[in-house]
Amino acid sequence: MDLEIFDKVKTMISEQLDVEEERIDRKTTFEDIDADSLDVVELVMALEEEFNLEIADEEVEKIKTIGDIVSYIEKAIS
Amino acid sequence: MTLQGKVAIVTGGSRGIGKEIALTLVRAGAAVAINYHREAGAAEEVLKKIEEEKGKGLLVQADVTVLAECEKMVRTTLDHFGRIDILVNNAGIRRDTLLALMKEDDWDIVLDTNLKGMFNCCKAVLKPLLKQKSGGRIINISSIAGLVGNSGQTNYAAAKGGVIAFTKSLAKELGKRAITVNAIAPGFIETEMTEDLPAAVKEKVLSHVALERYGKPEEVAEVVLFLAQGAGYLTGTVLSIDGGLSL
Repeated sequence: MDLEIFDKVKTMISEQLDVEEERIDRKTTFEDIDADSLDVVELVMALEEEFNLEIADEEVEKIKTIGDIVSYIEKAIS
Repeated sequence: MTLQGKVAIVTGGSRGIGKEIALTLVRAGAAVAINYHREAGAAEEVLKKIEEEKGKGLLVQADVTVLAECEKMVRTTLDHFGRIDILVNNAGIRRDTLLALMKEDDWDIVLDTNLKGMFNCCKAVLKPLLKQKSGGRIINISSIAGLVGNSGQTNYAAAKGGVIAFTKSLAKELGKRAITVNAIAPGFIETEMTEDLPAAVKEKVLSHVALERYGKPEEVAEVVLFLAQGAGYLTGTVLSIDGGLSL
Protein backbone atom coordinates (compact mmCIF):
# COMPACT_ATOMS: atom_id res chain seq x y z
CA MET A 1 0.00 0.00 0.00
CA ASP A 2 2.72 2.42 1.13
CA LEU A 3 4.84 1.76 -1.85
CA GLU A 4 1.93 2.05 -4.21
CA ILE A 5 1.03 5.52 -3.01
CA PHE A 6 4.66 6.62 -3.01
CA ASP A 7 5.18 5.29 -6.53
CA LYS A 8 2.07 7.00 -7.77
CA VAL A 9 3.10 10.31 -6.19
CA LYS A 10 6.59 9.93 -7.57
CA THR A 11 5.29 9.38 -11.08
CA MET A 12 2.99 12.36 -10.84
CA ILE A 13 5.73 14.64 -9.55
CA SER A 14 8.07 13.43 -12.23
CA GLU A 15 5.53 14.17 -14.95
CA GLN A 16 4.17 17.40 -13.58
CA LEU A 17 7.47 18.99 -12.60
CA ASP A 18 9.65 17.36 -15.22
CA VAL A 19 12.04 15.69 -12.76
CA GLU A 20 13.66 12.24 -13.21
CA GLU A 21 12.07 9.68 -10.87
CA GLU A 22 15.53 8.67 -9.63
CA ARG A 23 15.86 12.09 -8.00
CA ILE A 24 12.78 11.55 -5.86
CA ASP A 25 12.62 9.74 -2.52
CA ARG A 26 10.64 10.36 0.66
CA LYS A 27 13.23 12.75 2.05
CA THR A 28 13.43 14.85 -1.10
CA THR A 29 12.30 18.41 -0.43
CA PHE A 30 10.50 20.45 -3.03
CA GLU A 31 13.44 22.80 -2.93
CA ASP A 32 15.70 19.93 -4.00
CA ILE A 33 13.72 19.52 -7.19
CA ASP A 34 13.34 23.28 -7.78
CA ALA A 35 9.61 23.30 -7.10
CA ASP A 36 8.19 26.53 -5.72
CA SER A 37 5.08 26.98 -3.62
CA LEU A 38 2.81 27.40 -6.64
CA ASP A 39 4.16 24.11 -8.02
CA VAL A 40 3.25 22.47 -4.70
CA VAL A 41 -0.27 23.94 -4.83
CA GLU A 42 -0.75 22.58 -8.34
CA LEU A 43 0.66 19.18 -7.38
CA VAL A 44 -1.71 19.02 -4.42
CA MET A 45 -4.63 19.83 -6.75
CA ALA A 46 -3.63 16.93 -9.01
CA LEU A 47 -3.18 14.56 -6.07
CA GLU A 48 -6.57 15.53 -4.67
CA GLU A 49 -8.11 14.50 -7.95
CA GLU A 50 -6.08 11.30 -8.28
CA PHE A 51 -6.76 10.06 -4.76
CA ASN A 52 -10.19 11.62 -4.47
CA LEU A 53 -9.49 13.49 -1.26
CA GLU A 54 -9.18 17.05 -0.07
CA ILE A 55 -6.06 18.50 1.48
CA ALA A 56 -6.75 21.57 3.64
CA ASP A 57 -4.85 24.77 2.80
CA GLU A 58 -3.25 24.75 6.29
CA GLU A 59 -1.85 21.28 5.57
CA VAL A 60 -0.48 22.35 2.20
CA GLU A 61 1.53 25.08 3.91
CA LYS A 62 3.21 22.46 6.13
CA ILE A 63 4.38 20.28 3.25
CA LYS A 64 8.16 20.34 2.89
CA THR A 65 9.12 16.90 1.56
CA ILE A 66 7.64 14.31 -0.75
CA GLY A 67 7.33 12.10 2.34
CA ASP A 68 5.07 14.72 3.98
CA ILE A 69 2.61 14.46 1.11
CA VAL A 70 2.75 10.66 0.98
CA SER A 71 2.15 10.37 4.74
CA TYR A 72 -0.76 12.75 4.53
CA ILE A 73 -2.37 10.75 1.75
CA GLU A 74 -1.73 7.45 3.58
CA LYS A 75 -3.44 8.79 6.69
CA ALA A 76 -6.34 10.25 4.76
CA ILE A 77 -7.01 7.05 2.84
CA SER A 78 -6.65 4.55 5.69
CA MET B 1 -14.84 37.17 -32.80
CA THR B 2 -11.53 37.03 -31.02
CA LEU B 3 -12.94 35.60 -27.79
CA GLN B 4 -14.67 32.67 -29.47
CA GLY B 5 -14.54 29.65 -27.16
CA LYS B 6 -13.53 31.73 -24.13
CA VAL B 7 -15.58 32.00 -20.97
CA ALA B 8 -15.74 35.07 -18.75
CA ILE B 9 -17.30 35.95 -15.41
CA VAL B 10 -18.24 39.59 -14.87
CA THR B 11 -19.23 40.52 -11.33
CA GLY B 12 -21.76 43.27 -10.87
CA GLY B 13 -22.76 42.77 -14.48
CA SER B 14 -26.39 43.86 -14.35
CA ARG B 15 -25.82 47.60 -14.51
CA GLY B 16 -23.41 50.41 -15.32
CA ILE B 17 -19.86 49.59 -16.35
CA GLY B 18 -20.27 45.86 -15.59
CA LYS B 19 -23.24 45.55 -17.95
CA GLU B 20 -21.29 47.20 -20.75
CA ILE B 21 -18.29 44.95 -20.09
CA ALA B 22 -20.50 41.85 -20.26
CA LEU B 23 -22.10 42.95 -23.53
CA THR B 24 -18.73 43.84 -25.06
CA LEU B 25 -17.19 40.47 -24.19
CA VAL B 26 -20.23 38.62 -25.55
CA ARG B 27 -20.06 40.59 -28.81
CA ALA B 28 -16.40 39.54 -29.10
CA GLY B 29 -17.54 35.91 -28.99
CA ALA B 30 -17.10 35.01 -25.31
CA ALA B 31 -19.65 33.13 -23.25
CA VAL B 32 -20.27 35.36 -20.23
CA ALA B 33 -21.55 34.53 -16.76
CA ILE B 34 -23.13 37.71 -15.48
CA ASN B 35 -23.09 37.97 -11.73
CA TYR B 36 -25.61 40.13 -9.89
CA HIS B 37 -26.59 40.44 -6.26
CA ARG B 38 -30.02 42.01 -5.88
CA GLU B 39 -30.84 43.49 -9.28
CA ALA B 40 -32.50 40.40 -10.79
CA GLY B 41 -34.69 42.51 -13.08
CA ALA B 42 -31.78 44.47 -14.51
CA ALA B 43 -29.78 41.26 -14.94
CA GLU B 44 -32.67 39.67 -16.86
CA GLU B 45 -32.65 42.67 -19.19
CA VAL B 46 -28.96 42.19 -19.92
CA LEU B 47 -29.46 38.49 -20.63
CA LYS B 48 -32.42 39.28 -22.88
CA LYS B 49 -30.28 41.68 -24.88
CA ILE B 50 -27.53 39.07 -25.18
CA GLU B 51 -29.98 36.45 -26.38
CA GLU B 52 -31.49 38.87 -28.92
CA GLU B 53 -27.99 39.32 -30.30
CA LYS B 54 -27.55 35.52 -30.37
CA GLY B 55 -24.75 35.69 -27.80
CA LYS B 56 -24.01 33.31 -24.97
CA GLY B 57 -24.90 34.51 -21.49
CA LEU B 58 -25.77 33.10 -18.10
CA LEU B 59 -27.05 34.82 -14.97
CA VAL B 60 -25.42 33.86 -11.67
CA GLN B 61 -26.74 35.38 -8.49
CA ALA B 62 -24.13 35.73 -5.74
CA ASP B 63 -23.15 38.09 -2.96
CA VAL B 64 -19.45 38.64 -3.66
CA THR B 65 -18.80 39.40 0.00
CA VAL B 66 -19.39 35.70 0.78
CA LEU B 67 -16.68 33.28 -0.37
CA ALA B 68 -19.01 30.27 -0.48
CA GLU B 69 -21.34 32.14 -2.86
CA CYS B 70 -18.41 33.03 -5.12
CA GLU B 71 -17.32 29.40 -5.20
CA LYS B 72 -20.84 28.39 -6.14
CA MET B 73 -20.87 31.04 -8.87
CA VAL B 74 -17.67 29.60 -10.37
CA ARG B 75 -19.01 26.03 -10.15
CA THR B 76 -22.22 27.06 -11.89
CA THR B 77 -20.22 28.75 -14.63
CA LEU B 78 -18.03 25.66 -15.10
CA ASP B 79 -21.06 23.37 -15.16
CA HIS B 80 -22.69 25.52 -17.78
CA PHE B 81 -19.81 26.58 -20.03
CA GLY B 82 -17.16 23.95 -19.21
CA ARG B 83 -14.25 26.29 -18.58
CA ILE B 84 -13.22 29.72 -17.35
CA ASP B 85 -10.69 32.07 -18.94
CA ILE B 86 -11.47 35.60 -17.83
CA LEU B 87 -12.59 37.10 -14.52
CA VAL B 88 -13.65 40.73 -14.38
CA ASN B 89 -14.00 41.95 -10.80
CA ASN B 90 -16.33 44.85 -11.27
CA ALA B 91 -18.89 44.59 -8.43
CA GLY B 92 -18.65 47.71 -6.32
CA ILE B 93 -20.61 50.16 -4.22
CA ARG B 94 -20.12 53.64 -2.78
CA ARG B 95 -21.10 55.04 0.63
CA ASP B 96 -19.64 58.52 0.35
CA THR B 97 -19.36 60.78 3.34
CA LEU B 98 -16.68 62.68 5.20
CA LEU B 99 -14.72 60.52 7.59
CA ALA B 100 -16.03 62.68 10.44
CA LEU B 101 -19.53 61.49 9.60
CA MET B 102 -18.75 58.00 8.35
CA LYS B 103 -20.33 55.10 10.16
CA GLU B 104 -18.43 51.92 10.83
CA ASP B 105 -20.94 50.13 8.67
CA ASP B 106 -20.17 52.47 5.72
CA TRP B 107 -16.55 51.41 5.96
CA ASP B 108 -17.26 47.68 6.36
CA ILE B 109 -19.74 47.29 3.52
CA VAL B 110 -17.56 49.21 1.05
CA LEU B 111 -14.40 47.29 1.96
CA ASP B 112 -16.27 43.98 1.98
CA THR B 113 -17.82 44.50 -1.43
CA ASN B 114 -15.06 46.29 -3.32
CA LEU B 115 -11.98 44.64 -1.82
CA LYS B 116 -12.91 41.38 -0.12
CA GLY B 117 -15.33 40.64 -2.97
CA MET B 118 -12.40 40.70 -5.37
CA PHE B 119 -10.37 38.42 -3.07
CA ASN B 120 -13.29 35.98 -2.88
CA CYS B 121 -13.81 35.83 -6.64
CA CYS B 122 -10.08 35.48 -7.41
CA LYS B 123 -9.78 32.74 -4.81
CA ALA B 124 -12.77 30.88 -6.22
CA VAL B 125 -11.54 31.06 -9.80
CA LEU B 126 -7.87 30.35 -9.17
CA LYS B 127 -7.77 26.56 -8.92
CA PRO B 128 -9.95 25.97 -11.98
CA LEU B 129 -7.73 28.42 -13.90
CA LEU B 130 -4.54 26.65 -12.81
CA LYS B 131 -6.01 23.24 -13.60
CA GLN B 132 -6.76 24.24 -17.17
CA LYS B 133 -3.11 25.14 -17.71
CA SER B 134 -4.01 27.56 -20.44
CA GLY B 135 -3.29 30.90 -18.80
CA GLY B 136 -6.00 33.40 -18.09
CA ARG B 137 -6.99 36.99 -17.55
CA ILE B 138 -7.99 38.66 -14.29
CA ILE B 139 -9.14 42.24 -14.69
CA ASN B 140 -9.93 44.26 -11.59
CA ILE B 141 -11.90 47.46 -11.72
CA SER B 142 -10.27 49.99 -9.41
CA SER B 143 -10.92 53.72 -9.56
CA ILE B 144 -9.16 57.03 -9.91
CA ALA B 145 -10.00 57.43 -6.20
CA GLY B 146 -7.66 54.52 -5.48
CA LEU B 147 -4.81 56.41 -7.16
CA VAL B 148 -5.25 60.01 -6.11
CA GLY B 149 -7.80 59.82 -3.28
CA ASN B 150 -11.03 61.73 -3.03
CA SER B 151 -12.65 63.78 -0.31
CA GLY B 152 -15.69 61.94 1.04
CA GLN B 153 -14.41 58.59 -0.18
CA THR B 154 -11.91 57.37 2.43
CA ASN B 155 -13.65 53.98 2.44
CA TYR B 156 -14.02 53.70 -1.34
CA ALA B 157 -10.50 55.02 -2.04
CA ALA B 158 -8.98 52.64 0.52
CA ALA B 159 -10.76 49.69 -1.09
CA LYS B 160 -9.83 50.75 -4.62
CA GLY B 161 -6.22 51.42 -3.62
CA GLY B 162 -6.23 47.96 -2.08
CA VAL B 163 -7.45 46.56 -5.39
CA ILE B 164 -4.34 48.00 -7.07
CA ALA B 165 -1.90 46.56 -4.51
CA PHE B 166 -3.68 43.20 -4.65
CA THR B 167 -3.48 43.25 -8.46
CA LYS B 168 0.27 43.80 -8.43
CA SER B 169 0.88 41.04 -5.88
CA LEU B 170 -1.30 38.48 -7.64
CA ALA B 171 0.33 39.37 -10.97
CA LYS B 172 3.66 38.35 -9.43
CA GLU B 173 2.20 35.10 -8.06
CA LEU B 174 0.59 33.99 -11.30
CA GLY B 175 2.91 35.36 -13.96
CA LYS B 176 4.69 32.05 -14.44
CA ARG B 177 1.39 30.42 -15.36
CA ALA B 178 0.59 32.99 -18.03
CA ILE B 179 -2.29 34.37 -16.01
CA THR B 180 -2.18 38.14 -16.25
CA VAL B 181 -3.70 40.36 -13.59
CA ASN B 182 -4.36 44.00 -14.34
CA ALA B 183 -6.40 46.84 -12.91
CA ILE B 184 -8.39 49.56 -14.60
CA ALA B 185 -8.92 52.88 -12.88
CA PRO B 186 -11.92 54.65 -14.40
CA GLY B 187 -12.38 58.34 -13.79
CA PHE B 188 -15.79 59.97 -14.00
CA ILE B 189 -17.95 57.57 -16.02
CA GLU B 190 -21.63 58.29 -16.69
CA THR B 191 -23.50 55.54 -14.82
CA GLU B 192 -26.22 55.26 -12.20
CA MET B 193 -23.44 55.30 -9.64
CA THR B 194 -22.38 58.80 -10.61
CA GLU B 195 -25.67 60.34 -11.73
CA ASP B 196 -26.83 61.05 -8.18
CA LEU B 197 -23.84 63.24 -7.39
CA PRO B 198 -24.62 66.93 -6.76
CA ALA B 199 -24.43 69.12 -9.89
CA ALA B 200 -21.77 71.31 -8.28
CA VAL B 201 -19.53 68.30 -7.73
CA LYS B 202 -19.99 67.15 -11.32
CA GLU B 203 -19.12 70.63 -12.64
CA LYS B 204 -16.00 70.78 -10.53
CA VAL B 205 -14.84 67.34 -11.63
CA LEU B 206 -15.45 68.14 -15.28
CA SER B 207 -13.26 71.24 -15.10
CA HIS B 208 -10.30 68.94 -14.40
CA VAL B 209 -10.95 66.45 -17.20
CA ALA B 210 -8.53 67.11 -20.07
CA LEU B 211 -10.99 65.70 -22.60
CA GLU B 212 -13.71 68.01 -21.17
CA ARG B 213 -16.40 65.34 -20.99
CA TYR B 214 -17.41 62.39 -18.85
CA GLY B 215 -16.47 58.89 -19.92
CA LYS B 216 -18.94 56.32 -21.22
CA PRO B 217 -19.19 52.76 -19.84
CA GLU B 218 -18.38 51.52 -23.36
CA GLU B 219 -15.04 53.30 -23.16
CA VAL B 220 -14.11 51.31 -20.06
CA ALA B 221 -15.44 48.10 -21.62
CA GLU B 222 -13.25 48.45 -24.70
CA VAL B 223 -10.14 48.55 -22.50
CA VAL B 224 -11.35 45.43 -20.67
CA LEU B 225 -11.74 43.79 -24.08
CA PHE B 226 -8.21 44.82 -25.00
CA LEU B 227 -6.89 43.13 -21.84
CA ALA B 228 -9.17 40.09 -22.23
CA GLN B 229 -8.31 39.23 -25.81
CA GLY B 230 -4.59 39.84 -25.94
CA ALA B 231 -2.13 42.12 -24.18
CA GLY B 232 -0.19 39.01 -23.17
CA TYR B 233 2.88 40.89 -21.96
CA LEU B 234 0.90 43.33 -19.82
CA THR B 235 0.51 42.38 -16.18
CA GLY B 236 0.35 44.11 -12.81
CA THR B 237 -0.46 47.46 -14.37
CA VAL B 238 -3.14 50.03 -13.71
CA LEU B 239 -4.72 51.59 -16.77
CA SER B 240 -6.34 54.94 -16.06
CA ILE B 241 -9.44 55.48 -18.18
CA ASP B 242 -10.21 58.98 -16.99
CA GLY B 243 -9.97 61.41 -19.89
CA GLY B 244 -6.92 62.93 -18.24
CA LEU B 245 -8.60 63.64 -14.88
CA SER B 246 -5.64 62.28 -12.91
CA LEU B 247 -3.07 64.41 -14.77
